[in-house]
Amino acid sequence: MTIGLSHYLAVAAILFTIGVFGIFVNRKNVIVILMSIELILLAVNINFVAFSAYLHDVVGQIFAMFVLTVAAAEAAVGLAILVTFFRNRGGIAVDDAAVMKG
Amino acid sequence: MALQAIAFYLLATVTIGSGLAVVSVRNPVHSVLFLILTFFSAAGLFLLLGAEFLAMLLVVVYVGAVAVLFLFVVMMLDVDFGALKQGFARYAPVGALVGGILAIEMIIVATAVARGGAASGVREPMSALDGLSNTETIGRVLYTDYVYFFQAAGLVLLVAMIGAIVLTLRHKPGVRRQVISDQVARTAESGMRTVQIKPGEGMGE
Repeated sequence: MTIGLSHYLAVAAILFTIGVFGIFVNRKNVIVILMSIELILLAVNINFVAFSAYLHDVVGQIFAMFVLTVAAAEAAVGLAILVTFFRNRGGIAVDDAAVMKG
Repeated sequence: MALQAIAFYLLATVTIGSGLAVVSVRNPVHSVLFLILTFFSAAGLFLLLGAEFLAMLLVVVYVGAVAVLFLFVVMMLDVDFGALKQGFARYAPVGALVGGILAIEMIIVATAVARGGAASGVREPMSALDGLSNTETIGRVLYTDYVYFFQAAGLVLLVAMIGAIVLTLRHKPGVRRQVISDQVARTAESGMRTVQIKPGEGMGE
């Protein structure tokens, strides 16, 4: 009944998989793709914190903080690109993004 | 100990269930709300691991900022989301296959690492060291060994903020703005003219 490191790692692995699955099945919807990326980064953070706690080393939590920072920046820039794309094209279907090809 | 196990299984179930709901519900507003639930229960998992500072950071940054940003954008964009859900049934089997294989592989590796890796001998997660709280421990390491990385993280946020503003700022034509330099450069000659008007005709403009 005791909860070990592998339990947390399994939760993180399942969450990571859900993120990848979300990118697979929602190929047209950029908003859900961005949310899936957030889920993936959250899974990575759970891994970092679990190892940090079980190795008794706080550096993992500091790295998780940096991952959090980059995730927030990525969400902000991604949503800004999305808003600009919506203004230019009138929709957010990813298939239309191919017109950006030179 | 049993209480901790119950809390873990509850939080893990809620995390995974709401994570699945994020990628599978039809309405993106519900999707964002499930994302908030996922982050919240992940913060609970962090608390169980003894990382109180990161748990609170997750609530403040993700629930308070990122998820609300998502909510704003979802509600602001007027998109027919039913049409965007078209390929779901077509891609779901192959996505589930790839995802299942990925999950099984990762869980096998994680179990192997937990049994035989560096942390294999440790039974308990880190408790507060020497009477220092988790926040104090993080602060002592972050502001000494990792101070340059901390500054670089701030720079990343600054660049992201400038980038987001540059991308979304737009100048509407026809909006009259105050231009201070034009006002200051104005002289009496350019600002005033004398017009001779004959009686009974008015201005011809």
